[in-house]
Amino acid sequence: MAVDEQLKSEMARQGIVVTSLQELYNWGRRSSVWPMNFGLACCAIEMIATTMARWDMARFGAEVFRPSPRQADLLIVSGTVTKKMAPQVVRLYNQMPEPRYVIAMGACAISGGPFKQGYNVLKGIDRYIPVDVHIPGCPPRPEALLQAFIELQKKIDAQPLTGEGRPRFLDVDAQGEFPVPEPGEHDLEPTSNKGVWTVPVVIK
Amino acid sequence: MTKIGTKLGFGRKKKPEGWNRPPVIEQTSEGELLEVAMGPHHPSTHGVFRMNLALDGERVIRLKPEFGYLHRNHEKLGEGQSYLASMPYTDRLDYLCSLTNNWAYALAVEKLTGQQVPERAEYLRVILSELTRFQNHAGTIGFLMQDMGCSGTPLMYAFREREKILDLFEELTGSRMMCNYMRFGGCRVDATPAWLDATRKVVAGLPAFLDEFEALLRSNEILMARTQGVGILPPDLAVNAGITGPLLRASGVNYDIRKVDHYGIYDRFNFKVPLGDHGDVYDRFMIRMLEMRESLKILDQALKEIPGGPVVDPKAKIRGFRPKPGEAYGRIESPKGELGFYLISDGGPNPYRYRVRPPSLINLTVLEDMSLGQNVADVVLILGSVDIVMGEVDR
Repeated sequence: MAVDEQLKSEMARQGIVVTSLQELYNWGRRSSVWPMNFGLACCAIEMIATTMARWDMARFGAEVFRPSPRQADLLIVSGTVTKKMAPQVVRLYNQMPEPRYVIAMGACAISGGPFKQGYNVLKGIDRYIPVDVHIPGCPPRPEALLQAFIELQKKIDAQPLTGEGRPRFLDVDAQGEFPVPEPGEHDLEPTSNKGVWTVPVVIK
Repeated sequence: MTKIGTKLGFGRKKKPEGWNRPPVIEQTSEGELLEVAMGPHHPSTHGVFRMNLALDGERVIRLKPEFGYLHRNHEKLGEGQSYLASMPYTDRLDYLCSLTNNWAYALAVEKLTGQQVPERAEYLRVILSELTRFQNHAGTIGFLMQDMGCSGTPLMYAFREREKILDLFEELTGSRMMCNYMRFGGCRVDATPAWLDATRKVVAGLPAFLDEFEALLRSNEILMARTQGVGILPPDLAVNAGITGPLLRASGVNYDIRKVDHYGIYDRFNFKVPLGDHGDVYDRFMIRMLEMRESLKILDQALKEIPGGPVVDPKAKIRGFRPKPGEAYGRIESPKGELGFYLISDGGPNPYRYRVRPPSLINLTVLEDMSLGQNVADVVLILGSVDIVMGEVDR
Protein backbone atom coordinates (compact mmCIF):
# COMPACT_ATOMS: atom_id res chain seq x y z
CA MET A 1 0.00 0.00 0.00
CA ALA A 2 1.56 3.21 -1.14
CA VAL A 3 1.16 6.45 0.76
CA ASP A 4 -0.44 9.34 -1.11
CA GLU A 5 2.42 11.43 -2.52
CA GLN A 6 0.68 14.75 -1.87
CA LEU A 7 -0.06 13.89 1.73
CA LYS A 8 3.49 12.71 2.14
CA SER A 9 5.06 15.98 0.96
CA GLU A 10 2.59 18.02 2.97
CA MET A 11 3.42 16.13 6.13
CA ALA A 12 7.12 16.33 5.38
CA ARG A 13 6.85 20.12 5.42
CA GLN A 14 5.50 19.83 8.95
CA GLY A 15 8.44 17.65 9.91
CA ILE A 16 6.49 14.40 9.94
CA VAL A 17 7.57 11.40 7.95
CA VAL A 18 4.77 9.19 6.73
CA THR A 19 5.73 5.92 5.11
CA SER A 20 4.59 2.38 4.76
CA LEU A 21 6.33 -0.59 6.29
CA GLN A 22 7.16 -1.87 2.84
CA GLU A 23 8.89 1.35 1.81
CA LEU A 24 10.83 1.57 5.04
CA TYR A 25 11.84 -2.05 4.85
CA ASN A 26 12.93 -1.85 1.24
CA TRP A 27 14.73 1.43 1.86
CA GLY A 28 16.80 -0.30 4.50
CA ARG A 29 17.49 -3.27 2.28
CA ARG A 30 18.54 -1.34 -0.77
CA SER A 31 20.74 1.10 1.10
CA SER A 32 23.22 -1.43 2.38
CA VAL A 33 23.68 -4.10 -0.25
CA TRP A 34 27.02 -5.68 0.48
CA PRO A 35 28.63 -7.33 -2.52
CA MET A 36 30.82 -10.37 -2.26
CA ASN A 37 34.54 -9.93 -2.76
CA PHE A 38 34.68 -12.31 -5.66
CA GLY A 39 36.51 -11.66 -8.90
CA LEU A 40 36.61 -14.07 -11.79
CA ALA A 41 38.44 -12.41 -14.66
CA CYS A 42 38.94 -9.11 -16.47
CA CYS A 43 35.70 -7.54 -15.23
CA ALA A 44 36.90 -7.92 -11.64
CA ILE A 45 39.48 -5.21 -12.28
CA GLU A 46 36.74 -2.83 -13.37
CA MET A 47 34.75 -3.88 -10.33
CA ILE A 48 37.71 -2.93 -8.13
CA ALA A 49 38.03 0.36 -10.01
CA THR A 50 34.37 1.05 -9.25
CA THR A 51 35.03 0.78 -5.53
CA MET A 52 37.99 3.15 -5.71
CA ALA A 53 37.84 6.87 -5.09
CA ARG A 54 36.96 7.98 -8.62
CA TRP A 55 33.66 6.13 -8.93
CA ASP A 56 33.17 5.48 -5.26
CA MET A 57 30.56 2.79 -4.95
CA ALA A 58 30.31 3.71 -1.27
CA ARG A 59 27.84 6.41 -2.29
CA PHE A 60 25.31 3.66 -2.84
CA GLY A 61 25.98 1.85 0.40
CA ALA A 62 27.98 -0.92 -1.24
CA GLU A 63 31.54 -0.22 -0.25
CA VAL A 64 31.88 -3.16 2.11
CA PHE A 65 33.03 -6.09 0.01
CA ARG A 66 32.68 -9.19 2.12
CA PRO A 67 35.10 -12.02 1.46
CA SER A 68 32.68 -14.55 2.91
CA PRO A 69 29.48 -15.48 1.10
CA ARG A 70 27.75 -15.79 4.46
CA GLN A 71 27.88 -12.03 4.94
CA ALA A 72 27.14 -10.93 1.39
CA ASP A 73 23.90 -9.86 -0.26
CA LEU A 74 25.05 -9.42 -3.82
CA LEU A 75 27.03 -11.71 -6.06
CA ILE A 76 28.68 -9.83 -8.93
CA VAL A 77 29.66 -12.49 -11.46
CA SER A 78 32.56 -10.52 -12.88
CA GLY A 79 34.06 -12.43 -15.73
CA THR A 80 34.21 -15.66 -17.66
CA VAL A 81 32.70 -18.63 -15.87
CA THR A 82 34.44 -21.76 -17.05
CA LYS A 83 33.03 -25.23 -16.71
CA LYS A 84 35.53 -25.91 -13.97
CA MET A 85 34.49 -22.81 -12.06
CA ALA A 86 30.70 -22.99 -12.55
CA PRO A 87 30.05 -25.50 -9.70
CA GLN A 88 31.99 -23.24 -7.35
CA VAL A 89 29.97 -20.18 -8.36
CA VAL A 90 26.70 -22.01 -7.78
CA ARG A 91 27.97 -23.32 -4.47
CA LEU A 92 28.94 -19.81 -3.38
CA TYR A 93 25.51 -18.57 -4.37
CA ASN A 94 23.93 -21.34 -2.31
CA GLN A 95 25.99 -20.30 0.68
CA MET A 96 24.73 -16.74 0.58
CA PRO A 97 21.85 -15.98 2.93
CA GLU A 98 18.59 -14.56 1.59
CA PRO A 99 17.87 -11.90 0.43
CA ARG A 100 20.49 -12.30 -2.27
CA TYR A 101 20.87 -10.78 -5.67
CA VAL A 102 23.06 -11.44 -8.70
CA ILE A 103 24.55 -9.05 -11.22
CA ALA A 104 25.98 -10.72 -14.34
CA MET A 105 28.78 -8.35 -15.27
CA GLY A 106 30.11 -8.41 -18.80
CA ALA A 107 29.60 -10.38 -21.96
CA CYS A 108 31.22 -13.56 -20.59
CA ALA A 109 28.94 -13.83 -17.57
CA ILE A 110 25.91 -13.17 -19.74
CA SER A 111 26.58 -15.54 -22.61
CA GLY A 112 30.21 -16.65 -22.77
CA GLY A 113 31.12 -13.51 -24.68
CA PRO A 114 34.12 -13.67 -27.00
CA PHE A 115 35.02 -17.10 -25.64
CA LYS A 116 31.61 -18.60 -26.34
CA GLN A 117 32.94 -21.00 -28.98
CA GLY A 118 35.43 -22.39 -26.49
CA TYR A 119 34.99 -25.90 -25.18
CA ASN A 120 35.53 -24.90 -21.57
CA VAL A 121 33.37 -21.81 -21.23
CA LEU A 122 29.91 -21.74 -19.70
CA LYS A 123 27.49 -19.92 -21.96
CA GLY A 124 25.99 -17.67 -19.35
CA ILE A 125 25.72 -18.01 -15.60
CA ASP A 126 21.92 -17.57 -15.82
CA ARG A 127 21.76 -21.24 -16.77
CA TYR A 128 22.25 -22.15 -13.14
CA ILE A 129 21.34 -19.21 -10.93
CA PRO A 130 18.73 -16.47 -11.30
CA VAL A 131 20.31 -13.22 -12.48
CA ASP A 132 18.73 -9.90 -11.55
CA VAL A 133 20.68 -7.46 -13.70
CA HIS A 134 22.76 -8.11 -16.83
CA ILE A 135 25.37 -5.55 -17.88
CA PRO A 136 26.78 -5.82 -21.38
CA GLY A 137 30.33 -4.76 -22.18
CA CYS A 138 33.75 -6.31 -22.40
CA PRO A 139 34.48 -5.22 -19.76
CA PRO A 140 31.64 -2.87 -18.78
CA ARG A 141 32.79 0.54 -17.67
CA PRO A 142 32.53 1.38 -13.98
CA GLU A 143 29.62 3.66 -14.83
CA ALA A 144 27.81 0.63 -16.25
CA LEU A 145 28.32 -1.28 -13.03
CA LEU A 146 27.00 1.69 -11.08
CA GLN A 147 23.97 1.83 -13.32
CA ALA A 148 23.38 -1.88 -12.82
CA PHE A 149 23.58 -1.26 -9.13
CA ILE A 150 21.03 1.56 -9.32
CA GLU A 151 18.76 -0.71 -11.36
CA LEU A 152 19.09 -3.35 -8.68
CA GLN A 153 18.16 -0.81 -6.02
CA LYS A 154 15.09 0.15 -8.04
CA LYS A 155 14.20 -3.51 -8.27
CA ILE A 156 14.54 -3.99 -4.54
CA ASP A 157 12.47 -0.86 -3.93
CA ALA A 158 9.63 -2.16 -6.06
CA GLN A 159 9.38 -5.55 -4.39
CA PRO A 160 6.15 -5.98 -2.43
CA LEU A 161 6.35 -7.82 0.86
CA THR A 162 3.27 -9.95 0.23
CA GLY A 163 1.54 -11.53 -2.72
CA GLU A 164 2.87 -11.92 -6.26
CA GLY A 165 6.41 -10.81 -6.88
CA ARG A 166 7.53 -10.86 -3.27
CA PRO A 167 11.19 -11.59 -2.63
CA ARG A 168 12.21 -15.22 -2.40
CA PHE A 169 12.98 -15.18 1.29
CA LEU A 170 9.38 -14.23 2.09
CA ASP A 171 8.03 -17.04 -0.07
CA VAL A 172 8.03 -20.37 1.73
CA ASP A 173 7.58 -22.35 -1.48
CA ALA A 174 10.44 -20.68 -3.34
CA GLN A 175 13.50 -22.63 -4.28
CA GLY A 176 16.29 -21.91 -1.82
CA GLU A 177 19.04 -24.31 -2.73
CA PHE A 178 20.11 -24.46 -6.35
CA PRO A 179 21.50 -27.75 -7.66
CA VAL A 180 25.26 -27.65 -8.12
CA PRO A 181 26.30 -28.99 -11.54
CA GLU A 182 28.84 -31.79 -11.69
CA PRO A 183 31.42 -32.34 -14.39
CA GLY A 184 29.98 -34.98 -16.71
CA GLU A 185 31.40 -36.90 -19.62
CA HIS A 186 31.16 -34.09 -22.17
CA ASP A 187 29.61 -31.17 -20.36
CA LEU A 188 28.37 -30.14 -16.97
CA GLU A 189 25.58 -32.34 -15.64
CA PRO A 190 22.89 -31.05 -15.78
CA THR A 191 23.61 -28.60 -18.59
CA SER A 192 21.19 -26.08 -17.12
CA ASN A 193 18.78 -25.61 -14.26
CA LYS A 194 15.36 -25.99 -15.85
CA GLY A 195 13.76 -23.99 -13.04
CA VAL A 196 15.67 -20.82 -13.85
CA TRP A 197 16.56 -21.11 -17.51
CA THR A 198 14.77 -22.28 -20.58
CA VAL A 199 16.19 -22.58 -24.05
CA PRO A 200 15.43 -19.32 -25.83
CA VAL A 201 13.10 -19.67 -28.80
CA VAL A 202 14.61 -18.28 -31.99
CA ILE A 203 11.94 -16.58 -34.11
CA LYS A 204 12.77 -16.81 -37.79
CA MET B 1 49.17 -40.76 17.02
CA THR B 2 50.08 -41.52 13.46
CA LYS B 3 51.38 -38.74 11.39
CA ILE B 4 49.39 -38.08 8.23
CA GLY B 5 52.53 -36.56 6.81
CA THR B 6 54.37 -39.85 6.80
CA LYS B 7 51.59 -41.54 4.92
CA LEU B 8 51.55 -38.93 2.20
CA GLY B 9 55.27 -39.21 1.69
CA PHE B 10 56.43 -36.26 3.74
CA GLY B 11 59.35 -36.44 6.06
CA ARG B 12 61.61 -38.16 3.57
CA LYS B 13 65.01 -38.62 5.08
CA LYS B 14 67.07 -38.13 1.97
CA LYS B 15 67.02 -34.70 0.42
CA PRO B 16 66.25 -34.97 -3.29
CA GLU B 17 68.89 -33.53 -5.54
CA GLY B 18 68.51 -31.31 -8.54
CA TRP B 19 67.18 -27.84 -9.00
CA ASN B 20 63.61 -28.69 -9.85
CA ARG B 21 62.79 -30.48 -6.62
CA PRO B 22 61.43 -28.43 -3.76
CA PRO B 23 63.39 -28.74 -0.54
CA VAL B 24 61.85 -31.17 1.90
CA ILE B 25 60.62 -29.52 5.07
CA GLU B 26 60.59 -31.86 8.02
CA GLN B 27 57.58 -31.88 10.25
CA THR B 28 58.63 -30.78 13.71
CA SER B 29 55.50 -31.13 15.79
CA GLU B 30 53.79 -34.34 16.87
CA GLY B 31 50.34 -33.26 15.73
CA GLU B 32 48.53 -33.92 12.53
CA LEU B 33 49.00 -31.97 9.37
CA LEU B 34 46.20 -29.67 8.39
CA GLU B 35 45.25 -29.66 4.75
CA VAL B 36 43.85 -26.36 3.58
CA ALA B 37 42.45 -25.49 0.19
CA MET B 38 43.01 -21.79 -0.49
CA GLY B 39 40.85 -20.65 -3.33
CA PRO B 40 39.46 -20.59 -5.96
CA HIS B 41 37.34 -18.06 -4.13
CA HIS B 42 39.78 -16.29 -1.90
CA PRO B 43 40.28 -12.54 -1.73
CA SER B 44 44.04 -12.70 -2.03
CA THR B 45 44.66 -15.34 -4.65
CA HIS B 46 44.44 -12.71 -7.41
CA GLY B 47 41.69 -14.41 -9.31
CA VAL B 48 40.54 -17.98 -9.44
CA PHE B 49 43.69 -19.73 -8.32
CA ARG B 50 43.74 -22.56 -5.84
CA MET B 51 46.52 -23.71 -3.55
CA ASN B 52 46.30 -26.96 -1.65
CA LEU B 53 48.41 -26.45 1.43
CA ALA B 54 49.57 -28.92 4.04
CA LEU B 55 50.24 -27.06 7.25
CA ASP B 56 52.17 -28.01 10.33
CA GLY B 57 50.73 -25.45 12.70
CA GLU B 58 51.33 -22.28 10.71
CA ARG B 59 54.24 -23.61 8.67
CA VAL B 60 53.74 -24.70 5.11
CA ILE B 61 54.93 -28.27 4.55
CA ARG B 62 53.60 -28.68 1.06
CA LEU B 63 51.96 -26.44 -1.50
CA LYS B 64 50.24 -27.70 -4.59
CA PRO B 65 48.90 -25.11 -6.98
CA GLU B 66 45.82 -25.93 -9.00
CA PHE B 67 45.06 -24.05 -12.19
CA GLY B 68 42.48 -24.14 -14.91
CA TYR B 69 39.61 -22.25 -13.35
CA LEU B 70 39.94 -19.61 -16.03
CA HIS B 71 40.99 -21.74 -18.99
CA ARG B 72 39.35 -19.92 -21.88
CA ASN B 73 40.76 -21.91 -24.82
CA HIS B 74 42.89 -19.01 -25.99
CA GLU B 75 45.33 -21.08 -28.03
CA LYS B 76 42.66 -23.28 -29.60
CA LEU B 77 40.63 -20.23 -30.60
CA GLY B 78 43.78 -18.69 -32.08
CA GLU B 79 44.29 -21.67 -34.35
CA GLY B 80 40.77 -21.45 -35.70
CA GLN B 81 40.77 -17.84 -36.80
CA SER B 82 42.83 -15.47 -38.89
CA TYR B 83 45.92 -13.73 -37.58
CA LEU B 84 44.19 -10.40 -37.08
CA ALA B 85 41.21 -11.94 -35.28
CA SER B 86 43.47 -13.10 -32.47
CA MET B 87 44.56 -9.56 -31.66
CA PRO B 88 41.54 -8.67 -29.48
CA TYR B 89 41.92 -11.99 -27.66
CA THR B 90 45.47 -11.11 -26.65
CA ASP B 91 44.03 -8.14 -24.72
CA ARG B 92 42.31 -10.60 -22.45
CA LEU B 93 45.40 -12.64 -21.63
CA ASP B 94 46.91 -10.36 -19.05
CA TYR B 95 44.01 -8.03 -18.66
CA LEU B 96 45.93 -5.42 -16.72
CA CYS B 97 48.42 -4.87 -19.56
CA SER B 98 46.62 -5.30 -22.85
CA LEU B 99 49.01 -3.12 -24.81
CA THR B 100 52.13 -5.14 -24.07
CA ASN B 101 50.26 -8.29 -25.06
CA ASN B 102 49.33 -6.64 -28.35
CA TRP B 103 52.94 -5.75 -28.96
CA ALA B 104 54.25 -9.25 -28.33
CA TYR B 105 51.72 -10.76 -30.72
CA ALA B 106 52.30 -8.10 -33.37
CA LEU B 107 56.04 -8.70 -33.06
CA ALA B 108 55.61 -12.44 -33.63
CA VAL B 109 53.46 -11.92 -36.73
CA GLU B 110 55.83 -9.24 -38.05
CA LYS B 111 58.69 -11.72 -37.70
CA LEU B 112 56.65 -14.36 -39.49
CA THR B 113 55.73 -12.14 -42.41
CA GLY B 114 58.79 -9.89 -42.41
CA GLN B 115 56.93 -6.62 -42.06
CA GLN B 116 58.55 -3.31 -41.14
CA VAL B 117 57.22 -0.88 -38.57
CA PRO B 118 57.41 2.89 -39.12
CA GLU B 119 59.35 5.07 -36.67
CA ARG B 120 56.36 6.84 -35.21
CA ALA B 121 54.56 3.58 -34.52
CA GLU B 122 57.62 2.25 -32.70
CA TYR B 123 57.68 5.32 -30.50
CA LEU B 124 53.98 5.03 -29.79
CA ARG B 125 54.43 1.40 -28.88
CA VAL B 126 57.20 2.27 -26.43
CA ILE B 127 55.17 5.08 -24.87
CA LEU B 128 52.11 2.88 -24.42
CA SER B 129 54.10 -0.08 -23.12
CA GLU B 130 55.88 1.98 -20.52
CA LEU B 131 52.63 3.55 -19.39
CA THR B 132 51.23 0.04 -19.12
CA ARG B 133 54.23 -1.07 -17.10
CA PHE B 134 53.80 1.86 -14.78
CA GLN B 135 50.15 1.23 -14.05
CA ASN B 136 50.70 -2.50 -13.67
CA HIS B 137 53.53 -2.07 -11.17
CA ALA B 138 51.62 0.55 -9.21
CA GLY B 139 48.61 -1.73 -9.09
CA THR B 140 50.71 -4.75 -8.11
CA ILE B 141 52.22 -2.89 -5.19
CA GLY B 142 48.76 -1.75 -4.16
CA PHE B 143 47.43 -5.30 -4.24
CA LEU B 144 50.49 -6.56 -2.37
CA MET B 145 49.79 -4.09 0.41
CA GLN B 146 46.15 -5.16 0.37
CA ASP B 147 47.29 -8.74 0.91
CA MET B 148 49.40 -7.55 3.81
CA GLY B 149 46.32 -6.18 5.50
CA CYS B 150 46.87 -2.56 4.58
CA SER B 151 43.37 -2.37 3.24
CA GLY B 152 42.68 0.51 0.94
CA THR B 153 45.15 3.36 1.07
CA PRO B 154 48.06 2.25 -1.17
CA LEU B 155 45.68 0.61 -3.63
CA MET B 156 43.61 3.79 -3.77
CA TYR B 157 46.74 5.83 -4.44
CA ALA B 158 47.77 3.42 -7.19
CA PHE B 159 44.35 3.38 -8.80
CA ARG B 160 44.20 7.17 -8.74
CA GLU B 161 47.23 7.26 -11.04
CA ARG B 162 46.01 4.27 -12.99
CA GLU B 163 42.82 6.10 -13.89
CA LYS B 164 44.84 8.96 -15.37
CA ILE B 165 46.73 6.51 -17.55
CA LEU B 166 43.58 4.63 -18.51
CA ASP B 167 42.02 7.91 -19.60
CA LEU B 168 44.93 8.34 -22.00
CA PHE B 169 44.42 4.80 -23.31
CA GLU B 170 40.76 5.44 -23.76
CA GLU B 171 41.29 8.65 -25.65
CA LEU B 172 43.72 7.01 -28.04
CA THR B 173 42.34 3.52 -28.46
CA GLY B 174 38.69 3.80 -27.47
CA SER B 175 38.84 1.39 -24.57
CA ARG B 176 40.06 1.61 -21.01
CA MET B 177 41.35 -1.91 -20.61
CA MET B 178 40.93 -3.90 -23.81
CA CYS B 179 42.82 -1.58 -26.11
CA ASN B 180 43.28 -3.77 -29.22
CA TYR B 181 45.55 -1.05 -30.57
CA MET B 182 48.57 -2.52 -32.31
CA ARG B 183 48.49 -3.91 -35.81
CA PHE B 184 50.96 -5.87 -37.90
CA GLY B 185 53.27 -3.21 -39.24
CA GLY B 186 52.23 -0.37 -36.98
CA CYS B 187 49.39 0.87 -34.85
CA ARG B 188 45.71 1.26 -35.53
CA VAL B 189 45.25 5.04 -35.23
CA ASP B 190 47.59 7.96 -34.98
CA ALA B 191 48.02 9.95 -31.80
CA THR B 192 46.97 13.57 -32.04
CA PRO B 193 49.29 16.37 -30.80
CA ALA B 194 46.70 17.03 -28.10
CA TRP B 195 47.01 13.43 -26.91
CA LEU B 196 50.79 13.68 -26.79
CA ASP B 197 50.52 16.91 -24.79
CA ALA B 198 48.09 15.28 -22.39
CA THR B 199 50.48 12.35 -22.01
CA ARG B 200 53.38 14.69 -21.30
CA LYS B 201 51.29 16.37 -18.65
CA VAL B 202 50.35 13.08 -16.99
CA VAL B 203 53.94 11.80 -17.13
CA ALA B 204 55.19 15.06 -15.60
CA GLY B 205 52.92 14.44 -12.63
CA LEU B 206 53.94 10.83 -12.03
CA PRO B 207 57.31 11.41 -10.26
CA ALA B 208 55.50 13.30 -7.51
CA PHE B 209 53.19 10.32 -7.07
CA LEU B 210 56.16 7.96 -6.93
CA ASP B 211 57.89 10.10 -4.28
CA GLU B 212 54.74 10.11 -2.20
CA PHE B 213 54.18 6.38 -2.69
CA GLU B 214 57.75 5.55 -1.79
CA ALA B 215 57.78 7.81 1.28
CA LEU B 216 54.58 6.13 2.38
CA LEU B 217 55.79 2.57 2.02
CA ARG B 218 59.52 2.19 1.63
CA SER B 219 60.62 2.41 5.26
CA ASN B 220 57.36 1.38 6.83
CA GLU B 221 58.21 -0.77 9.82
CA ILE B 222 55.40 -3.27 9.36
CA LEU B 223 56.13 -3.69 5.69
CA MET B 224 59.80 -4.33 6.38
CA ALA B 225 59.01 -6.81 9.14
CA ARG B 226 56.55 -8.70 6.98
CA THR B 227 58.55 -8.80 3.75
CA GLN B 228 62.28 -8.83 4.47
CA GLY B 229 63.69 -12.33 4.41
CA VAL B 230 60.36 -13.81 3.32
CA GLY B 231 60.00 -15.96 0.23
CA ILE B 232 63.62 -15.96 -0.83
CA LEU B 233 64.27 -17.10 -4.39
CA PRO B 234 67.93 -18.01 -4.98
CA PRO B 235 69.32 -16.75 -8.31
CA ASP B 236 70.43 -20.18 -9.59
CA LEU B 237 66.97 -21.63 -9.02
CA ALA B 238 65.40 -18.60 -10.68
CA VAL B 239 67.55 -19.02 -13.77
CA ASN B 240 67.04 -22.78 -13.95
CA ALA B 241 63.29 -22.51 -13.57
CA GLY B 242 63.00 -19.99 -16.39
CA ILE B 243 61.81 -17.14 -14.21
CA THR B 244 61.75 -13.75 -15.91
CA GLY B 245 60.72 -10.22 -15.14
CA PRO B 246 60.91 -8.37 -11.83
CA LEU B 247 60.93 -11.69 -9.97
CA LEU B 248 64.22 -12.69 -11.62
CA ARG B 249 65.81 -9.28 -11.29
CA ALA B 250 64.89 -9.12 -7.59
CA SER B 251 67.10 -12.20 -7.19
CA GLY B 252 69.98 -10.25 -8.69
CA VAL B 253 70.10 -11.69 -12.21
CA ASN B 254 70.69 -9.02 -14.81
CA TYR B 255 68.26 -10.03 -17.53
CA ASP B 256 65.88 -7.63 -19.16
CA ILE B 257 64.69 -8.42 -22.68
CA ARG B 258 64.56 -4.72 -23.46
CA LYS B 259 68.34 -4.74 -22.98
CA VAL B 260 69.03 -8.24 -24.32
CA ASP B 261 66.93 -8.24 -27.48
CA HIS B 262 66.66 -4.50 -28.19
CA TYR B 263 63.31 -5.25 -29.73
CA GLY B 264 61.52 -2.22 -31.13
CA ILE B 265 63.69 0.80 -30.52
CA TYR B 266 64.75 0.17 -26.94
CA ASP B 267 68.44 0.54 -27.80
CA ARG B 268 67.88 4.27 -28.29
CA PHE B 269 66.83 4.99 -24.74
CA ASN B 270 68.97 5.54 -21.75
CA PHE B 271 67.68 3.56 -18.80
CA LYS B 272 68.97 1.26 -16.10
CA VAL B 273 67.88 -2.19 -15.02
CA PRO B 274 67.41 -2.25 -11.25
CA LEU B 275 68.63 -5.42 -9.55
CA GLY B 276 67.79 -6.87 -6.16
CA ASP B 277 70.17 -8.24 -3.60
CA HIS B 278 68.29 -10.74 -1.48
CA GLY B 279 65.48 -12.02 -3.68
CA ASP B 280 62.86 -11.63 -1.00
CA VAL B 281 59.43 -10.04 -1.15
CA TYR B 282 60.80 -6.65 -0.14
CA ASP B 283 63.26 -6.69 -3.03
CA ARG B 284 60.47 -7.51 -5.45
CA PHE B 285 58.48 -4.60 -4.11
CA MET B 286 61.47 -2.25 -4.41
CA ILE B 287 62.35 -3.49 -7.92
CA ARG B 288 58.90 -2.51 -9.06
CA MET B 289 59.26 0.92 -7.47
CA LEU B 290 62.58 1.47 -9.22
CA GLU B 291 61.32 0.11 -12.53
CA MET B 292 58.54 2.64 -12.47
CA ARG B 293 61.16 5.39 -12.23
CA GLU B 294 63.08 3.90 -15.15
CA SER B 295 59.85 3.72 -17.15
CA LEU B 296 59.35 7.41 -16.55
CA LYS B 297 62.87 8.05 -17.89
CA ILE B 298 62.04 6.15 -21.07
CA LEU B 299 58.73 7.97 -21.36
CA ASP B 300 60.42 11.36 -21.05
CA GLN B 301 62.87 10.51 -23.81
CA ALA B 302 60.28 8.93 -26.10
CA LEU B 303 57.84 11.81 -25.74
CA LYS B 304 60.59 14.28 -26.53
CA GLU B 305 61.91 12.46 -29.60
CA ILE B 306 58.73 11.14 -31.20
CA PRO B 307 58.92 11.87 -34.96
CA GLY B 308 56.13 12.52 -37.42
CA GLY B 309 55.10 10.21 -40.22
CA PRO B 310 52.69 7.36 -40.75
CA VAL B 311 51.75 4.93 -37.97
CA VAL B 312 51.15 1.99 -40.28
CA ASP B 313 53.51 0.85 -42.98
CA PRO B 314 51.56 1.64 -46.20
CA LYS B 315 52.72 -1.65 -47.71
CA ALA B 316 51.73 -3.70 -44.68
CA LYS B 317 49.02 -6.29 -45.12
CA ILE B 318 46.91 -6.31 -42.02
CA ARG B 319 44.12 -8.68 -42.94
CA GLY B 320 43.68 -11.58 -45.29
CA PHE B 321 47.33 -12.52 -45.68
CA ARG B 322 48.85 -15.97 -45.90
CA PRO B 323 52.37 -16.13 -44.49
CA LYS B 324 54.84 -18.55 -46.04
CA PRO B 325 55.20 -21.83 -44.15
CA GLY B 326 57.55 -21.30 -41.26
CA GLU B 327 57.69 -20.39 -37.63
CA ALA B 328 58.38 -17.31 -35.57
CA TYR B 329 58.79 -16.47 -31.92
CA GLY B 330 58.31 -12.90 -30.80
CA ARG B 331 59.04 -11.93 -27.23
CA ILE B 332 58.99 -8.77 -25.23
CA GLU B 333 59.59 -7.73 -21.65
CA SER B 334 56.05 -7.43 -20.40
CA PRO B 335 55.53 -5.99 -16.91
CA LYS B 336 55.41 -9.56 -15.59
CA GLY B 337 58.32 -11.05 -17.48
CA GLU B 338 59.05 -12.57 -20.84
CA LEU B 339 55.86 -12.69 -22.85
CA GLY B 340 56.31 -14.66 -26.04
CA PHE B 341 54.11 -15.76 -28.89
CA TYR B 342 55.14 -18.74 -30.96
CA LEU B 343 53.45 -19.12 -34.31
CA ILE B 344 53.73 -21.85 -36.92
CA SER B 345 52.32 -21.13 -40.35
CA ASP B 346 51.44 -23.82 -42.88
CA GLY B 347 50.69 -21.25 -45.54
CA GLY B 348 47.04 -20.89 -44.66
CA PRO B 349 45.15 -17.85 -43.43
CA ASN B 350 45.16 -19.20 -39.86
CA PRO B 351 48.18 -20.12 -37.76
CA TYR B 352 48.79 -23.87 -37.64
CA ARG B 353 50.00 -23.57 -34.06
CA TYR B 354 49.53 -20.62 -31.80
CA ARG B 355 51.33 -20.80 -28.52
CA VAL B 356 51.66 -18.25 -25.75
CA ARG B 357 54.59 -18.28 -23.36
CA PRO B 358 52.97 -16.65 -20.34
CA PRO B 359 55.31 -15.13 -17.76
CA SER B 360 52.79 -15.50 -14.95
CA LEU B 361 52.48 -19.28 -15.31
CA ILE B 362 56.20 -19.90 -15.48
CA ASN B 363 56.89 -17.55 -12.57
CA LEU B 364 54.35 -19.49 -10.54
CA THR B 365 56.33 -22.72 -10.85
CA VAL B 366 58.67 -21.63 -8.05
CA LEU B 367 55.86 -20.71 -5.70
CA GLU B 368 56.28 -23.91 -3.70
CA ASP B 369 60.05 -23.45 -3.39
CA MET B 370 59.59 -19.95 -2.07
CA SER B 371 56.76 -20.84 0.30
CA LEU B 372 57.95 -24.03 2.03
CA GLY B 373 58.73 -23.46 5.67
CA GLN B 374 57.06 -20.05 5.68
CA ASN B 375 53.95 -19.13 7.60
CA VAL B 376 50.67 -19.46 5.79
CA ALA B 377 50.06 -15.72 6.06
CA ASP B 378 53.33 -15.12 4.22
CA VAL B 379 52.30 -17.39 1.34
CA VAL B 380 49.69 -14.78 0.49
CA LEU B 381 52.44 -12.16 0.32
CA ILE B 382 54.72 -14.37 -1.75
CA LEU B 383 51.93 -15.01 -4.22
CA GLY B 384 51.20 -11.29 -4.36
CA SER B 385 54.84 -10.52 -5.05
CA VAL B 386 54.96 -12.95 -7.99
CA ASP B 387 52.29 -10.80 -9.65
CA ILE B 388 50.08 -13.28 -11.44
CA VAL B 389 47.05 -12.67 -13.57
CA MET B 390 44.92 -15.75 -14.02
CA GLY B 391 43.87 -14.85 -17.55
CA GLU B 392 47.47 -15.37 -18.53
CA VAL B 393 48.19 -18.37 -16.32
CA ASP B 394 45.26 -20.45 -17.56
CA ARG B 395 44.74 -18.78 -20.93
